[in-house]
Amino acid sequence: MLAYIVRRLFYAVPILIGVNLLTFILFFVVNSPDDMAISQLGAKHVTPEIVQAWKQKNGYDLPLFFNADAGGSGAFTETIFFTKSVRLFALDFGRSESGRDISADVSNRMWPSLAVAIPNFVIGIWVNICVALLVVMFHGTRLDRWAVALFVGLMSISYLFYIIGGQYLVARVWKLVPISGFSGDEHIWKFLILPILVGVVSGIGSGARWYRTLFLEEASQEYVRTARAKGAGELRILFRHILPNALIPILTGIVVVIPALFMGGLLIESFFSIPGLGSYMLDAIQSQDFAIVRSMVFLGSILYIIGLILTDISYTWADPRVRLE
Amino acid sequence: MKPLLLWSDGLIFLLVFSLIAFFLKLGRNLQTQKRWGQVFNTRLGMVTFTVIAVYVLVALLDSLHFRRALEPVAGAPAGEVFYDNRVTSVLDLMLGGMGDRYERTYSAPFALKSFEKQNMKDGSGVGYRDYPLLRHGGRHLETAADRASDIFWKSLWGIGMGLLVALIVVGLQWVFLRRSPYPWRASWLAQAIIIVLAVWLVSVSKYYHVLGTDRGGLDVAYQSIKGIRTGVLLGTLATLIMLPIAVTLGVMAGYFKGWVDDGVQYLYTTLSSIPGILLIAASVLMFQVYIDLNPDAFSVGLEKADARFLALCFILGVTSWSSLCRLIRAETLKLSQLGYVQAAHAFGVSHRRVLARHILPNVSHIILITFVLDFSSLVLAEAVLSYIGVGIDPSMSSWGNMINGGRAELSQEPVVWWTLSGAFFFMVVLVLAANLFADLVRDAFDPRTSLGATHS
Repeated sequence: MLAYIVRRLFYAVPILIGVNLLTFILFFVVNSPDDMAISQLGAKHVTPEIVQAWKQKNGYDLPLFFNADAGGSGAFTETIFFTKSVRLFALDFGRSESGRDISADVSNRMWPSLAVAIPNFVIGIWVNICVALLVVMFHGTRLDRWAVALFVGLMSISYLFYIIGGQYLVARVWKLVPISGFSGDEHIWKFLILPILVGVVSGIGSGARWYRTLFLEEASQEYVRTARAKGAGELRILFRHILPNALIPILTGIVVVIPALFMGGLLIESFFSIPGLGSYMLDAIQSQDFAIVRSMVFLGSILYIIGLILTDISYTWADPRVRLE
Repeated sequence: MKPLLLWSDGLIFLLVFSLIAFFLKLGRNLQTQKRWGQVFNTRLGMVTFTVIAVYVLVALLDSLHFRRALEPVAGAPAGEVFYDNRVTSVLDLMLGGMGDRYERTYSAPFALKSFEKQNMKDGSGVGYRDYPLLRHGGRHLETAADRASDIFWKSLWGIGMGLLVALIVVGLQWVFLRRSPYPWRASWLAQAIIIVLAVWLVSVSKYYHVLGTDRGGLDVAYQSIKGIRTGVLLGTLATLIMLPIAVTLGVMAGYFKGWVDDGVQYLYTTLSSIPGILLIAASVLMFQVYIDLNPDAFSVGLEKADARFLALCFILGVTSWSSLCRLIRAETLKLSQLGYVQAAHAFGVSHRRVLARHILPNVSHIILITFVLDFSSLVLAEAVLSYIGVGIDPSMSSWGNMINGGRAELSQEPVVWWTLSGAFFFMVVLVLAANLFADLVRDAFDPRTSLGATHS
C-alpha cells in the first residue's frame, strides 16, 4: 500500500508540472507583463517609466525563461518562470500584487472555510443518503414519482436563488440569525447555521437523485433477489445489502472533494461574508490579483490529486477485495 | 436599416442548421427512430420539447440583428445615411418597443408612480418631495382609481387576442398532424399557453411595466426575454465547441491506445485537476486584458460584449471536455474489442473507415446524452459566473447579470422583489424543461438505464 501511494505521488509530478506550465502560459505568455501592468494601472496616462516601476515592484521585470545577464545558475533562476512558477512547488506562494503574504493569508483563512465546509459536507451527504433511502423504500409508488419530480425541480433552481431566498426568509423575515458575518468566538454557530442550511438544502435535489439511482442500480442485482428469496426484510436488505454495496460509487463521488474543502465555497462565503479562502479567491478574481489566482490554481490541483489518492485508499476500506499494489 | 451579423449570430444559425441536418440523417436509422419515438411518445417529452423549441425560436429571432438608420439631420449631405449605434433585433420589433420605454429608476409591477421619491416643483415653483409619475406606466389613465379596471380590460383583450392567435397556430397543426401517433395534444396545450401569455405580455406592456423596472429604469420583463438568447446560446455553443476536441481525442485514445492514450489521459487529468471555476476565471480575466488593450478591434459596443461572450463559451467548452472525453475513450476501448471491429481489421479496412463507420456511430448516443445533460448546467453556470464577475459582459442582458443587479435589493424597504422574479421564472422554466427532457433522452438512448427501466 505504501509503495502504491509513493508511486501515485510520483505520477502526480508530471501533472503538477503541466498545471504549472499551463498557468504560466495563461498568465505570462498570453498577455505580457507589460499588458498586465497597463491593465492594472489603468490604460490612460501610463508612461513606460510607471510600467517599469510597477513591474519592478512586483518582480515582473525579469525575462520570461532565460536571463542572459545573470551568470551561472542565475540564468535560469532569475527569470519570471522560476520566481513566479517553479517556487510554487515548494508551496512558496510569494506576495500578492498588493503586497500581502499569500501563505500567511491561506493559513489564516483556512479555518473559517473549514468551519463552513465540513459541516456542510457531512450533513449534506447524510441528509441526501437518508432522503434517497426513504425514496427507494417507496420505489414504484406515487411517492417515488413525486419525489423524483421534486428533485428535478430543486435541481433546476440556481444556487444563487437558494442563497438569496435563504437570507431573505430566515434572516430578514423571520430574523432568526444575522444575514451575514462571522466571528471566531462562541457565537460562531449563529453565523454558521444559515450557510450550512442553504448549502444542504440546495444540494438535496441533485444529491438525493444521484444516490437514488445508485441504490436502484444495486437493488436490481441478483444478490438482492436472493436476499429477498431467503426471507430478509426490506429494511434489512436496504441497510445490510444495498447500502454497503453502493459504498464504492458513493466514495468515488465524495472522497475526491474532501481535500478541496479547504478551499471553501466561492459563492457561499462571499454572500455570507465569511473570511475564508473562497471569498479570498473571489476578491482576488474581482481585483484581478493574478498572484493569488495563480497560487490558488496550484493549491487546488494539489488538493485534487490528494483527493484522487484518498479515493483509491478508501476503496480498500469499503471493499476488502480491492488491493492496491 | 443595416443588417449586422455578430459572430455568435452566425454560429447559432450554423449550429441549428447542422443539428437539423444531423437529426434528419440520424432519423433514417430505424433504431434511432425508435428511440426518439420513445422520447416523444410521452406527454412530458412533447411538452418539454415544445418549451425548449420556443426558447430556441426566441433566441434565433433575437439573433437577427440590424442597426436602424437614423433620421437625416438637417444640413447633412444628402445620400449619406447614419446608423444608430444601438443594435436592434427582430425580437425587439416583435415586442413592440418594450425595451425603449425607459423609466428613471425602480418601479413596481403595474405601478403608476416611481419607487423612489424625488425633488419636484409644483406649478408656482415651490419645491416638494414626492413619488414622480412614470413616463410610460399607465400614462393613458385619467385618474389613478381607474387602474384596476383598466388592467382587467386590457388583460382581457390581450388574452382574447392571444387565444385567437393560439387557435390559428394550433388549428393549422391540427389539420396536418391529427393522425400522428404522438401525443400532440399536450404540445398544443403548451403552445397555446405560451402564445396567450406572450400576446398578453406584449399588449399589456404597451401601457404598463408588467414586471416593473430595474435600477436603470429598464423593463424587467424585456430584460428577462433578452436573457433567453444568452442562456440558450451559451448552453449550446459551449458544448458545440467542446464536442470536436472531446470526440476526436477520446476516440483516438481508445482506438490507437499506446502513447496516444497516455498523452490524452495526461491532458485531461491535468486540465481536470485545476479547479474549474478558477481556470475559467483566470482565462476570462486574461481575455478581458486583451479586449481592454485592443479597443479598436470592435466597432460597436455589442461587438465587444459578443467577443467576450464567445470567449466565455470557448473557455467553458475547453475546460469541460474532459468528462466527455473520458466517457468516449472508455466506450471506444470497449467497442474496439468487439467482433465486428476485429473483423473489419481482418478484412483490411483502413483505420479511418473503421472509425467513421463502426466506432463513431456507436458512441453518438454518449455525445447526444452529454449535449442535453450539459445544457441546463451551463445555463445555471452562467448566472454564477456573472455573479463572480467573469461572466457575460454587463452591457449584454443575461439572467446572471439581472440576479447580480437585483440581489442587494431585497434589503431595501419595501422590498424590491420583481427584478429577481423575472430572471427566476424564465430561468427555472428553461432549466426544468431541459432537465426533464434530458432525463427522457438518457432513458431512451442509454442502453444501461433503459435496461434498468424495464426491470423496475
